[in-house]
Amino acid sequence: MAERPLIEVRDLVKVYKMGGQELRALDGVTLTINHGEFVAIMGSSGSGKSTLMNVIGCLDRPTSGQYFLHGEDVSRMSVNKLAEIRNQLLGFVFQQFNLLARTSALENVELPMIYAGVGARERKKRATEALERVGLGERLDHTPAQLSGGQQQRVAIARALVGRPKVILADEPTGALDSKTSIEVMGLMQELGREGITVVLVTHEADVAAYAARVLTFRDGRVLSDERREPVRAES
Amino acid sequence: MNPLQILRIALRALTRNKMRSFLTMLGVIIGVGAVIAMVAIGEGAKARVEQSFAAMGTNLLIIMPGASTSGGAMGGFGSAPTLTWDDVRAIQNECPSVKAAAPALRSNAQLLSEEMNWSVSVQGTTPEYFIARNWPAELGTTFSQSDVDVGTKVIVLGATTASKLFGPSSNPVGQTIRVKNIPFEVIGVAAKKGQSPMGQDYDDTAFIPVTTFQQKIQGGLQKYMNGTIFVAAQPGEVAKAQVEVTALLRDRHHLLAGQDDDFSIRSLAEIAGAQAEGTKTFTTLLASVAAVSLLVGGIGIMNIMLVSVTERTREIGVRMAIGAKPRHILAQFLAEALTLSMFGGMIGVLAGTWAAGYLARQFGWQTLIRPDITIIAVAFSAGVGIVFGMYPARKASKLDPIQALRFE
Ligand SMILES: Nc1ncnc2c1ncn2[C@@H]1O[C@H](COP(=O)(O)OP(=O)(O)O)[C@@H](O)[C@H]1O
Ligand SMILES: [Mg+2]
Repeated sequence: MAERPLIEVRDLVKVYKMGGQELRALDGVTLTINHGEFVAIMGSSGSGKSTLMNVIGCLDRPTSGQYFLHGEDVSRMSVNKLAEIRNQLLGFVFQQFNLLARTSALENVELPMIYAGVGARERKKRATEALERVGLGERLDHTPAQLSGGQQQRVAIARALVGRPKVILADEPTGALDSKTSIEVMGLMQELGREGITVVLVTHEADVAAYAARVLTFRDGRVLSDERREPVRAES
Repeated sequence: MNPLQILRIALRALTRNKMRSFLTMLGVIIGVGAVIAMVAIGEGAKARVEQSFAAMGTNLLIIMPGASTSGGAMGGFGSAPTLTWDDVRAIQNECPSVKAAAPALRSNAQLLSEEMNWSVSVQGTTPEYFIARNWPAELGTTFSQSDVDVGTKVIVLGATTASKLFGPSSNPVGQTIRVKNIPFEVIGVAAKKGQSPMGQDYDDTAFIPVTTFQQKIQGGLQKYMNGTIFVAAQPGEVAKAQVEVTALLRDRHHLLAGQDDDFSIRSLAEIAGAQAEGTKTFTTLLASVAAVSLLVGGIGIMNIMLVSVTERTREIGVRMAIGAKPRHILAQFLAEALTLSMFGGMIGVLAGTWAAGYLARQFGWQTLIRPDITIIAVAFSAGVGIVFGMYPARKASKLDPIQALRFE
């Protein structure tokens, strides 16, 4: 049996009903993403990028279409199973960082492991390693308010990778950062990609997309183009 | 997640907003505190009543002339005297369940020692009285049948009277005092008896032989006995004694079937029961008022938990995105509600205990903290936390992760 792609979506449709009107946020999306790929999804605002990410991230269910993650049919999964998938296979990075306020970097990073049932000592060890990995070994006790935007996003990346996920899903991870810190964050993402983690990232900035080996362009809920190219290497 | 982790997360969330957490707990603190204090006061009152009845003697029957008045109030004054001296003797001799029967005539009189004077209710009675009421002499002796037969001028003082006339912890035996200006020899001081159920001091009295009482205090012998008869039943035979005495007196007073008794018999056990019933109602009433305030506290918790769920919608979304299951979210918010109510309950127990102690000192009330009520109060407040925390917690656990993450 040939190995199936990590992410496989067919004819994905997501319809939002607003008043009497129907809005097709996804209008028949079919694509596959293999293990270890570094994919950027581009497109103008409202083209359906986040909607796709939410479906891939098992946070949202499509109106119709199929989604296989790691060979498993996601549409058949219970709420609890979806939570487990998010916990075990996926890691999220958001534009707004979404760290828990007034909670130290270390505890923020420990959070996914609490739900995975990892013991306290192991949790602390792995969270420390993950923070060292993103260059914040000196800032374990800092709360989000005591960290810069770039540092907060690195804490969020540490939180995403601490559970040893197969995929990191990042929806506009540099959207709230200046260009210098954006490059740092992208460098970190590329490093994760080199270690074999699949990275899917949404951006509307071409120079951010340039770090990806594959760029999908969206328009009106459809894939407009899908090109592979030599990525720019971020100097980190 | 194990319970300890859940508790830690809950504590962290609650300490983040200490003032709000405290104010939320206040409802439960006041509720539980009120329950504890109210029950302590009620139980204290009950215990005091029980103690004083025990002091009076639960095997005691009190017979008064005249038909019984309703409700158990000490009536009978002013009713025509119907009890005779022969009745007293007959009760003593003819009722097998009766251990001792004694008359008691009362009159207020001024008592004078060398230096002091003190006005008390002087009782004329027989030696059986001290047996019936289980009231021996602490110092000296009580008087004998021959004192009654002769009508000697001897007196046995109650403990309070003795200390008023001669000072505390003195021994007045052998001294002479004057009652209505007639000299009496103090032959004994009765043991301390305590308070009556109505809060009257039993020891503020003095006893003299009944014959002496009739001659010197009352002024002449009378056929009818203008007082009460104290009857002590043999142990465990109060009810039987009551039946026997009733039958005997009806027979002696030539009452026909269907005619009302011309005397009344009160059993102290009966009065004690009525009193206990009264304090129980009182306690229940206080406890239910307190329980209502506890419920109000629960509503306060629900209110704050709903606010908290709304405020932390985004946090809930993040937790769900990184793998929290609905039951994890449910447990988290339920734990917060439970922590608020349980801590509130525990602080309430301390506050209530303190308040009970304060009231006890301030007003001289007796209070009694019952451990079982304390445990019930804390358990009840925990129940309040679960019941009122359930709705907000369920609401949180059912949030849609996308909408929660988008929430501003
Ligand atoms: N919860 C929702 N309810 C209604 N419309 C929505 C909702 N989420 C997204 N949309 C709409 O779907 C379309 C695609 O949105 P989105 O995927 O967020 O776009 P992008 O991330 O590419 O900017 C937009 O027109 C947006 O307004
Ligand atoms: Mg978007």
